[in-house]
Amino acid sequence: MTLSAEVRQAIQRHKDRYPHPKSAILPALWEVQHAEAYVSPEGMRLVAEVLGVAASDVQGVATFYSMYFQKPPGRHSLLVCVNAACALRGADETAAYIERKLGTPPGTTTADGAFTWDATIECLGGCGYAPMMQIDHHFHENLTPDKIDHILERVGGEPAPHEGHAAPSTPSAPSGGGKPPKRRR
Amino acid sequence: MAEYKLLTKDFGIEGLQTLPVYERTGGYQGLRKALRDFTPEALIEEVKTSQIRGRGGAGFPTGMKWSFLPKDVFPRYLCCNADESEPGCFKDRYLIDESPHQLVEGLLIAAYALQVQHAFVYIRGEYHDQRILLEQAVEEARAAGYIGTGILGSDFGCDVIVHGGAGAYICGEETALISSLEGNRGEPRLKPPFPAVKGLYGKPTVVNNVETLCNLPHIVNNGGEWFAGIGAEKSRGTRLWCCSGHIEKPGVYEMELGRPIRELFEEHCGGMWKGRTLKAFQPGGGSMQVLLPEHIDLPLDMDAVMKAGSSLGAGAMMFMDETTCLVNVSMRLVDFYQHESCGKCAPCREGTYFESDLMHKLEAGRATAEELATLTDICDNMNGKCFCPLGDTATWFVMSAYKAFRDEFESHVGAGQCPVQARNRAASVAA
Repeated sequence: MTLSAEVRQAIQRHKDRYPHPKSAILPALWEVQHAEAYVSPEGMRLVAEVLGVAASDVQGVATFYSMYFQKPPGRHSLLVCVNAACALRGADETAAYIERKLGTPPGTTTADGAFTWDATIECLGGCGYAPMMQIDHHFHENLTPDKIDHILERVGGEPAPHEGHAAPSTPSAPSGGGKPPKRRR
Repeated sequence: MAEYKLLTKDFGIEGLQTLPVYERTGGYQGLRKALRDFTPEALIEEVKTSQIRGRGGAGFPTGMKWSFLPKDVFPRYLCCNADESEPGCFKDRYLIDESPHQLVEGLLIAAYALQVQHAFVYIRGEYHDQRILLEQAVEEARAAGYIGTGILGSDFGCDVIVHGGAGAYICGEETALISSLEGNRGEPRLKPPFPAVKGLYGKPTVVNNVETLCNLPHIVNNGGEWFAGIGAEKSRGTRLWCCSGHIEKPGVYEMELGRPIRELFEEHCGGMWKGRTLKAFQPGGGSMQVLLPEHIDLPLDMDAVMKAGSSLGAGAMMFMDETTCLVNVSMRLVDFYQHESCGKCAPCREGTYFESDLMHKLEAGRATAEELATLTDICDNMNGKCFCPLGDTATWFVMSAYKAFRDEFESHVGAGQCPVQARNRAASVAA
């Protein structure tokens, strides 16, 4: 796959925004991942070329941060938080339910390529609305088996974010206490 | 009054995320007043008068932090730390979700006080929707003349860049945040030199938490003295409390500092769920030490909680009922630090590995008494000996839990299973 001129232009725009071009490595890698679903070798070379930095610097950054995929994932990436606060409200059971639904263990991709999923110890910031999961950057919270069924069915039929709609398609559930505030937009 | 709404007073108003609605609620009046009535030096003094302390966890007085910037060294930089990743914390997300302009206004007020021309918001990669909201707010503010050159007709100019991270808890540590913002791996740097002297691009830099900045419009509008009249003697203002775990109503609640934790727990959180009893709670976030039911009447006051052996940290409260296994909770928190250790220094990189290995064995009831005895040793070799606070804090919860629930830890030795979970299972069968 050849990276489009749009990706090159987007990287250039990031470069122009910062006082120093190297600062644009993270946003530039996001552009690559949004176009190709992962940080491809070709994409990393392009980032180095446009920003005028060493290829090794780009690769060093791309491999440090857990959200950059080193190989293409399934069409959708799904993370279930199993850190302490979520675990107190049944995150292990939620992860087990998702594993049964998807038919593949954590850290793998479903046979149809729809989901790459994992149970993560990284706190995703949904502790007050546990159990929760994140699919393609969007939060899904206060999960129940019914809710999970519904979400997996809907999202599973959608194209990958980089091939279909521009993110964000669906705003996350509102955060905050007790009274859910009115939604934006 | 149990609830004191300052930052969250307008939350829930339809369209507050947009500039026209934010302006109708008095938005950007703080910035106008700052530019009109204050010199940068006077503004720093006003913030000192307010006595506000940083909301990111360390609780350092904000005005004092600002005054550490060396005079006449330019350019200077301002970074808003929105890398909120502490287990149990989700207030910064809430503040951005509900009122992104409040943060932008606070950021600009700080930028003016510090005479900064480039202000950054470093937001964690997982907060994608929040980053989009902030970027929209920045563009609206730019179009309205709040960002750019000659802001509101003054000679002050500032650009705001929203910078998305990519999944690294360590980037919440201020020097790692700066490394990451410079386009490097997010590894911490040795202090001194402190960021105030040598920070982003080697220039004087201030890093402030989201909630700290969100307070600034209110401090400017109402005055530092007014703000210093809210809260406890050495903990002024309100804080947003991220409440999670075994409670009836988890969520974020704003309360005046100095009120008892019990009020937050009973009135806002609705007490324990399912009519159960409180076994333990963790204030401050995943890093902080465990507290017991006897501590529930402590005031929400940074110093009082510190005296009790823990910390209010970044404003989290995780409550646990009597069915909770403290070994299990400790194991998860230790796993988190092992996952997030950046690998730069050996005590953290190796120590969190040994900790995690031991806690998994213990949780499964497979550890021997000799192995459990090494826990203290492992933690002693980490606490105070790591390059940055991540490694130190990886020991705090587990050590405090081991001390407070020693019997529970020891009951796992050689048990072949988790005795607490076995007891829970037996109780549910009997019921």
